[in-house]
Amino acid sequence: MKIHEFQAKELLRRYNVPLLSGGAAKTPLEAAAVAQTLPGPIWVVKSQIHAGGRGMGRFVGDVSDAELDKASKGEKAEGKGGVRLAKSHAEVRDAAAAMLGKRLVTKQTGREGRDVGTLYIEGGCEIARELYLAMLLDRTNNRILLMASSEGGVEIEETALHRPEAIFKVWADPITGLGAWQARDMGFHLGFKGKENAAFVKFALAIYDAYVGLDCSMVEINPLVVTKQGEVIALDAKMTFDDNALYRHPDVERMRDLHEEEPAEIEAAKWNLSFVKLDGDIGCLVNGAGLAMSTMDIIKFYGGDPANFLDVGGGANAEQVAAAFRIITRDPNVKGILVNIFGGIMKCDTIADGVIAAVKEVGLKVPLVVRLQGTNVELGREKLASSGLNIVTVAHLEEAAEAIVSAVKKGA
Amino acid sequence: MSILVNSETRVAFAGLTGKSGGFHAGQCLEYGTKVVAGVVPGKGGQVWEHAGHKVPIFDTMADAKNQTGANAAAIFVPPPFAADSILECIDVGMPLVIAITEGIPVADMVPVARYLEGKKTTLIGPNCPGIITPGQCKIGIMPGHIHTPGNIGVLSRSGTLTYEAVHQLSRVGLGQSTAIGIGGDPIIGTKHLDALKLFAADDGTEAIIMIGEIGGSAEEAAADWIITSGLKKPIVSFIAGATAPPGRRMGHAGAIISGGQGTAESKYEALQRAGVHIVRSPAEMGRKMKEVLGR
Repeated sequence: MKIHEFQAKELLRRYNVPLLSGGAAKTPLEAAAVAQTLPGPIWVVKSQIHAGGRGMGRFVGDVSDAELDKASKGEKAEGKGGVRLAKSHAEVRDAAAAMLGKRLVTKQTGREGRDVGTLYIEGGCEIARELYLAMLLDRTNNRILLMASSEGGVEIEETALHRPEAIFKVWADPITGLGAWQARDMGFHLGFKGKENAAFVKFALAIYDAYVGLDCSMVEINPLVVTKQGEVIALDAKMTFDDNALYRHPDVERMRDLHEEEPAEIEAAKWNLSFVKLDGDIGCLVNGAGLAMSTMDIIKFYGGDPANFLDVGGGANAEQVAAAFRIITRDPNVKGILVNIFGGIMKCDTIADGVIAAVKEVGLKVPLVVRLQGTNVELGREKLASSGLNIVTVAHLEEAAEAIVSAVKKGA
Repeated sequence: MSILVNSETRVAFAGLTGKSGGFHAGQCLEYGTKVVAGVVPGKGGQVWEHAGHKVPIFDTMADAKNQTGANAAAIFVPPPFAADSILECIDVGMPLVIAITEGIPVADMVPVARYLEGKKTTLIGPNCPGIITPGQCKIGIMPGHIHTPGNIGVLSRSGTLTYEAVHQLSRVGLGQSTAIGIGGDPIIGTKHLDALKLFAADDGTEAIIMIGEIGGSAEEAAADWIITSGLKKPIVSFIAGATAPPGRRMGHAGAIISGGQGTAESKYEALQRAGVHIVRSPAEMGRKMKEVLGR
């Protein structure tokens, strides 16, 4: 699960990660009120969306389509971005009015952009240096990895490509946790000296405490800044959480912003279905993540284009299958549906019941190919055949892909 | 021959009296697996029955192991308690632990992985379908009836994709030595390379189907080892997720650790360099194996 910057900062503050003072606002008046609680003389007004590149982003309606295209590619475009400087309370209010309720297009949002409903207003600081810091699981050795680079404000992928020598990594042993000596060593490598390095060590250890304490899957501070006064501060903060551990953190779970998520994906989550919307026209309903990915792959292999990834899981029942069917058919791009089930725990006749019930409920306006295999496969196929519905039933994966791709091409 | 499990394997089921644990223990029993014990704290002394079989329940894994000679454990414990159950198995020196449970927090598995270092326990999973040596022993949730005894090893992360490979093999007349699903979580006990080494050393395994998935670098590690070890057994590989949109599965900074690794293309390239027979359609795994073996 992802959260906004202002929420991440609220959480990090609990773990004593050094931050600038600030507050969130949903209206221009609230923004001005937050500004009044901060000393000034400058304020930063930041759009809150679940995507990076906000400063370089541009708002729909502010600039031409051509400029928005540039913004979506991360290129410099005309107009003002999603992060603005203000020199008075009135300027904070005006900046807020100019951004709230609009769609921001950045390199990470894609061309359609994201609605800005909340702003974060923060004080300014005098920046001496910008760095990058992130914490995440290293799957190669099952340890929590602290990674930092002297190239702040730059995406880490860029640094890895062009200046890999600027990146430093240390791994925390779960027995001892992240050692101060490890953070200190990293700080020296990054060029910190004396009190600054002490401040960096404190910072890194606080991030580790937050990471472990909140079951994070990633914390990214970009940039981490050193002020002219020698303070080490998180200027931006991105946090994502392990969905499997959210049950331990109801306060974090309440931070979920459903506006940031695809409606179909929210609906799918309600039914315990794993769903990712894609751009193609063949809807997929599959059991198991690996087989679901493979089904997308084989559709592409035969020249088609999958409209989604959908895993109904290992033990799905007829109701879940029906819900999955409704979600797929709601996508207007879908010109055909492929159901691919390898029954293990899940019996093929159960799937057949679910498919028949769903088709009767929502109707069938596009070709439907069902491939069943595994437990109770004969019974499942029989049920589909005797349903009187226009369903193409096949036994094998390649037949299924060929059948749906050619059916969709014929219809086009 | 086979890897890890055979007709001598004696299994203790942790979470035997739960809905899922009980159902699958029953299925395993019916397949012929020796289910010798259940471990459910607080229910020690009770007896679990299924189709005429009586299985004693113990409070602790230590009791189960000492009193029944169990040499493998299956974990069907709910996610909040599953890591604890795995640690208990490692502590009593259980040789093989198969963790089926899906949804264990990653933070719970970090210390488990650490505790495993230097221990004799082999952990499979978590979040996996389990392992089966056809005709001898099934520990997991896979449908037993699709498997046939033979000499092809099958290795994959996911359940249904493993079934798909097994089904394709059976369709072209090739049986399986052992089929193993190693699990889809970020932290798993047995990785591609570990399982591959076991198949490489097994006399009963003539050739291997290794199914990969986008993300991480397990397939690249396996490819490197194939080259350095000079492994001669034929391997057929498919990588799932070539068409998955980038960034949806891997976190923003997650891609960096492996520096350019993780895409289906880079995995295919690494495997091809290692002499692995790759297929780009998941429907071709069985046929390709038959062709490679010249049958």
